[in-house]
Amino acid sequence: MPIVIEKLTYTYQSGSVNAFTALKDIDLTIKDGEFVGLIGHTGSGKSTLIQQLNGLMQPTSGRVIVDGYDMSDKKQRAKGRSLVGMVFQYPDYQLFDETVYKDISFGPRNMKLDNDEIDRRVREAMRLVGLDFDEFAEKSPFELSGGEKRRTALAGIIAMYPKYLVLDEPMAGLDPAGRRAVLEMIDGFRSQLGCAVVMVSHSMDDIARSAEKVVVLRDGRIFTCGTPQEIFSLADELYEMGLEPPFAARMASDLRRRGLLLPHGIYTNEALAAALAEYKGGRGNA
Amino acid sequence: MLKDITLGQYFPADSVVHRLDPRTKLVLLIMYIVAVFIVKDIWVFGLVLGFMLFMTAMSKVPLNYVLKAIKPMRLLLPLMFLLNLFMIRTGDTIVSWRFITITTGGVRQALFIVLRLIALVTGASLLTLTTTPVSLTEGLERLLSPLKIIKFPAHELAMMMTIALRFIPTLLEEADKIMKAQLARGADLESGNIFKRAKAMLPILIPLFVNSFRRAEELALAMESRCYHGGEGRTRLKVLKFGWRDLWAILIMAALIAAVVILQSNLDIDGYIIGLLRPLWTRSA
Ligand SMILES: Nc1ncnc2c1ncn2[C@@H]1O[C@H](COP(=O)(O)OP(=O)(O)OP(=O)(O)O)[C@@H](O)[C@H]1O
Ligand SMILES: [Mg+2]
Repeated sequence: MPIVIEKLTYTYQSGSVNAFTALKDIDLTIKDGEFVGLIGHTGSGKSTLIQQLNGLMQPTSGRVIVDGYDMSDKKQRAKGRSLVGMVFQYPDYQLFDETVYKDISFGPRNMKLDNDEIDRRVREAMRLVGLDFDEFAEKSPFELSGGEKRRTALAGIIAMYPKYLVLDEPMAGLDPAGRRAVLEMIDGFRSQLGCAVVMVSHSMDDIARSAEKVVVLRDGRIFTCGTPQEIFSLADELYEMGLEPPFAARMASDLRRRGLLLPHGIYTNEALAAALAEYKGGRGNA
Repeated sequence: MLKDITLGQYFPADSVVHRLDPRTKLVLLIMYIVAVFIVKDIWVFGLVLGFMLFMTAMSKVPLNYVLKAIKPMRLLLPLMFLLNLFMIRTGDTIVSWRFITITTGGVRQALFIVLRLIALVTGASLLTLTTTPVSLTEGLERLLSPLKIIKFPAHELAMMMTIALRFIPTLLEEADKIMKAQLARGADLESGNIFKRAKAMLPILIPLFVNSFRRAEELALAMESRCYHGGEGRTRLKVLKFGWRDLWAILIMAALIAAVVILQSNLDIDGYIIGLLRPLWTRSA
């Protein structure tokens, strides 16, 4: 069963002079196992939208239904929330326990699992995020590096085996190797746990690499929604919004402008390389 | 829910009260507190509360903003009222039934406590509503600066207050984010007895403290790298000026205190009213 968002509107501080409507009339469905990329300019409402997914914020109007649980109902919310794992941008908001092991087990413990199951899940989560059990399990989360903290925070969510994994800019502030590692990890959980992923990112290249569906927010509304191919062919509209198509899409369009007859719909480096190789091959034959 | 706290929030408006020198407003507040405490007669209290309403009207701050400051005391006030009502036994006895005894002294004291608390809190919140934290702490520093002779750290104190006030909204926002992060991990903050709930707060308090210490360290570094070295030789962008307006405000406040003193030393309105009402309970008793 999917997450269904119907006619969702959200107003911050509604009723006061500072009222600000951050989301307007959002209709969106997140299917099982789907990888959804959420993009939009700064302040477009991405973070606000994903916090509606697990009932941390209640819609001002409209509904959010997670696997049939209505998130505006207090009892159903608890059930729905346990299906949605939310990773916030800064791990510092989440880490608190004495050791990495205890911190990761916080979620599973709240789920009232038995100790063997918790232990199994913590080990599994640490393996998936690439933290060596013997080295890190007994360390304090506060003496880790930024990247290790992020891995720990991720593991804390993964160990809850969410059906939907929601990530708010999970790669912000990481070096290229770190970004790649996080993306690979996300792909890893997705194939192992079969969860759906909703990822907010400012990096179009990362979205292009992994997402099956891309949602573009603009001033609190869904501007468009479609496959990466459809979205990244809207180069002009994206530019206008302060976003940028992925590198490969830009390069392909520059090359086309220079007279190279490349096919449309290229947005990953691999596709561009393949197209160029074919082009060279074709011309060589001519 | 954390956003309810109004104390320490500035309400921007263009009014005489906003334009008063922050030092004047601090002195006014102190005088006002003195007035609140020397009042011994409930009816004279009307004068003090009237003055408070007058200042609020002058400040153009909506009355309900000022009254919001009372909201955090909505449990404390009734409790104080009841405690005083039942515990104090002076004056005439109005009601005496089993172990409950209510006296005129109790009624007076209970009313007093509640009125005093309301008057104090609304007065203080009017000050913070009409004064930016920066000018407030600057006013405080200037008022305390004569004490520098005896090595009182006036500048440091003011700087500490500025920083604390500056970071209150940040902290609230951060507490909110941390709470969400832990709720998303299934933290249960609402059920269980008081010990369980206190323990459930740990996953929120620990990151809050850790982040605050880190931020304090970063702030100290940032200040030092911009050559901050305490108050010595520091000049001001805006120099405070004491004007006619300030003099008038202080004179009016002095008049209020004088009126309070004179009224209650010459008239005993409370006693008179109690005398009028006395037949009510003497007959029933
Ligand atoms: N607590 C709040 N009170 C009032 N307005 C808010 C609050 N939080 C966010 N907003 C406003 O809501 C809008 C959407 O904010 P949101 O954080 O969802 O943006 P975002 O798309 O995540 O941006 P970014 O890419 O910078 O993270 C912004 O214009 C912001 O100013
Ligand atoms: Mg955001």
